[in-house]
Amino acid sequence: MARRDEPVTEALPRRVALTGGAALVLLLALTLGSVAVVALRAERAGALGPADWRALSFTLRQAFWSAALSTAFAIPLARALARRRFPGRAALTTLLGAPFLLPSIIAILGVIAVWGRSGWVSEALMAAGLARLNVYGMPGVLIAHVFFNLPLATRLMLQAYAAVPPERWRIAAQLGVEGRALFRLLEWPAIRAAAPGAFALVFSICATSFAIALALGGGPRATTLEVAIYEAAAVSFDLDRAARLAAVQFAVCAAAALAALALAAPPAAGFGVRLCVERWDGRGRAARAADALALALAILFLALPLAGVAARGVAGLGALTGAAGAAVWAAAGRSLAVALGSTLLTALLALPLAALVAALDRRPFAARLAEAGALTPLAASPFVIGVALFVVLRPVADPAALALPLTALVNAAMATPFAVRILAPAIRDAEADHGRLADSLGLSGWTRTRAVHVGRLRAPLGFALGLAAALSAGDLGVIALFSRPDAPTLPLLMHLLAGSRNVDAAFGAAFVLTGLAFALFLGFDRLGRGR
Amino acid sequence: MKTLLPALALLATAAAADDRPTLTVYTYDSFVTDYGPGPVIRERFEAVCGCTLNLVGAGDGAQLLGRLQLEGARTQADVILGLDTNLTAAAAATGLLAEHGLPVPDAIAVPGGWDDPFFLPYDWGWFAFVYDETRLPEPPTSFAALLDAPEDVTIVIQDPRTSTPGLGLMMWVKHVHGEEAGAVWERLAPRVVTVTRGWWEAYSAFLDGEAMMALSYTTSPAYHAHVEGDETKRAAIFEEGHYLQIETAAITAASQNPDLARDFLAFMLTEPFQSAIPTTNWMYPAVRFDGAEPAAFEALAIPPSSRLFPAEEAPAVREAALAEWLDVMSR
Repeated sequence: MARRDEPVTEALPRRVALTGGAALVLLLALTLGSVAVVALRAERAGALGPADWRALSFTLRQAFWSAALSTAFAIPLARALARRRFPGRAALTTLLGAPFLLPSIIAILGVIAVWGRSGWVSEALMAAGLARLNVYGMPGVLIAHVFFNLPLATRLMLQAYAAVPPERWRIAAQLGVEGRALFRLLEWPAIRAAAPGAFALVFSICATSFAIALALGGGPRATTLEVAIYEAAAVSFDLDRAARLAAVQFAVCAAAALAALALAAPPAAGFGVRLCVERWDGRGRAARAADALALALAILFLALPLAGVAARGVAGLGALTGAAGAAVWAAAGRSLAVALGSTLLTALLALPLAALVAALDRRPFAARLAEAGALTPLAASPFVIGVALFVVLRPVADPAALALPLTALVNAAMATPFAVRILAPAIRDAEADHGRLADSLGLSGWTRTRAVHVGRLRAPLGFALGLAAALSAGDLGVIALFSRPDAPTLPLLMHLLAGSRNVDAAFGAAFVLTGLAFALFLGFDRLGRGR
Repeated sequence: MKTLLPALALLATAAAADDRPTLTVYTYDSFVTDYGPGPVIRERFEAVCGCTLNLVGAGDGAQLLGRLQLEGARTQADVILGLDTNLTAAAAATGLLAEHGLPVPDAIAVPGGWDDPFFLPYDWGWFAFVYDETRLPEPPTSFAALLDAPEDVTIVIQDPRTSTPGLGLMMWVKHVHGEEAGAVWERLAPRVVTVTRGWWEAYSAFLDGEAMMALSYTTSPAYHAHVEGDETKRAAIFEEGHYLQIETAAITAASQNPDLARDFLAFMLTEPFQSAIPTTNWMYPAVRFDGAEPAAFEALAIPPSSRLFPAEEAPAVREAALAEWLDVMSR
């Protein structure tokens, strides 16, 4: 029990330090530790070859443009969503979560259906007497990355908008502040706080891009470091090269994350209860037109690829009879188990870490160090973690027999940065708003947690765990390395079906997989939002 | 109840299988799926071996070697099935394989015959670009013609590091063009729409209209004719001759069941295994048995000549050609 005259927030609570520290150590062991394991297993040292340098160059260029385009397009979209109330707005906000949850193997099919050489856009161009598009290479990679990350950046900015105390919009309206002045006074500070973080997050995600770069890059001329790591580790068994590339990837992403942390303004937090925010600005015709355009373009860009996959997926459901059907449902069960296990592990990793980051608020350097540690999975290669686990476990156990738990573990590690990123500001805000009151009441331990955090954490936790569950359900990467075709997860089965010419069943499986990922996300998100 | 019954049946077989030895075979993914040769081979081998056959997909064909190296002497695999002659010598050099000690059947129908202490072949085919005659009425008739073809004659190929067809094309270009191979790739690169990881991704991209031709096999049109009744898919026959793929299997040195593994390799060259190959793997069987090949195989185009680097030369050629290929294709 803390003494009244010594505020608890000054000292780091023991419980937070212990649990947060343990989570951090486990995460660092999985990420940095695995690079060390692979490097130790490697037999000879060497330098980067010309193809490695090209992979580095392509990685940086595509990640920069993916992040820049996603963040730039997110500004008008978030602005429109924040100030408009229209039927279907809630559905649209939920749809914004869709691409990010979509298993990349499926999103690639959708992007090709719309932007491919025989896709809808090419057909329209042909009808207009123009040439077909060639989606492979940088254009395809950017389209797919923006498809995935524009909604993420938008949601991050919407959170920043939501963090603006509603009273300020009313005061601004009462004072007649509109348009550019309002943007400069209220909106820009919120965007300014969220944009660098969004940019860096998208940059880091795209810098480690694997499936998209592999499928849409069009070969070695558009190879990312992650693809090169996969080739070195899982294909050529060149562990030296894998370790070298993993170190380079770490450096690139760590630099991006540090830059973002340095750039990010302190959260634009204010005291206030979060009710549905009413807005009075943006009533002019030009503002309405701009918002309508931003919303319409975003809906088209995001919904068309989804429609493309759904159309073939529904048709493919008919192929899910007999053996193929039984296999798909069994695989769906395994994917569900992996996803739920991974979600639990994510919660166990992310909550203590987020609490640690938030509790270190008074020590900015330590807080940033802890946050950087929590973000290491963004810079880590799942394949390097996979190979390291393989090398470490091989002498004591059969990694293939542990394929599902290992996949859940690696997926949880990969989801933890997102969860921490979502949870830490919520904990920090709750602490800032109610922490002193709780301290003055002498609350501590679980009572204090319940009073200060539970209500405020419910929604972000639901969102974060929904993300973790969906990401895990759709992940193909690590399971492919441990590879148990006799007991595949749904993404692996879909890959196998597609690889064995059973395209209809593969699209049917894609449909089931999409449904599973979305259902998991919606389930957790709704639990969090109390609906 | 309907879903419960197969589950119960599965439990029953699992319980019955407990006292039987298990033979683990690592192969490429598409071999083990319900639509590949896997299920029928498993059923037919288990009927005679008194064992459980565990077929494990370890990625695309060229990844099998990496998987074997990754697991080393602790591998669970008794047999590695799916390496072709471009990779067999490199695999043998790891020291992770055991000699099979089996005679090669007199009826072996692999071009050039067979003699290898570690590997036995189970099927073979010629690599070829497959096109749709309704979209490409005048396909190129040689590499030279392909290089000079209009630029809308696009191709989709596989990565030689992951896929054995991709590796086969790289070796084919090297065999035909030798020192000029790098320059040939420079001229080919603009018409390569994409380089995929596995055979199917490339072939499905072609079927979806993403490219005019896909690197596949001269036998691929037989699938469309036999299964879909579609006669429009054809293999472009090149005057320079076509590179061969001979797919093989070998026993691992770490195998706990070397006798059973040897039985499997012997079984591999008998009728129950070989007759399943043409209509599940869509390749020519290593030993031909009457009636195994559907009529569609009769109609297939035959290349004027075959090309192949001897297995023992392949590792050095592959290493040099891969460096050259990567350099050109990553620009």
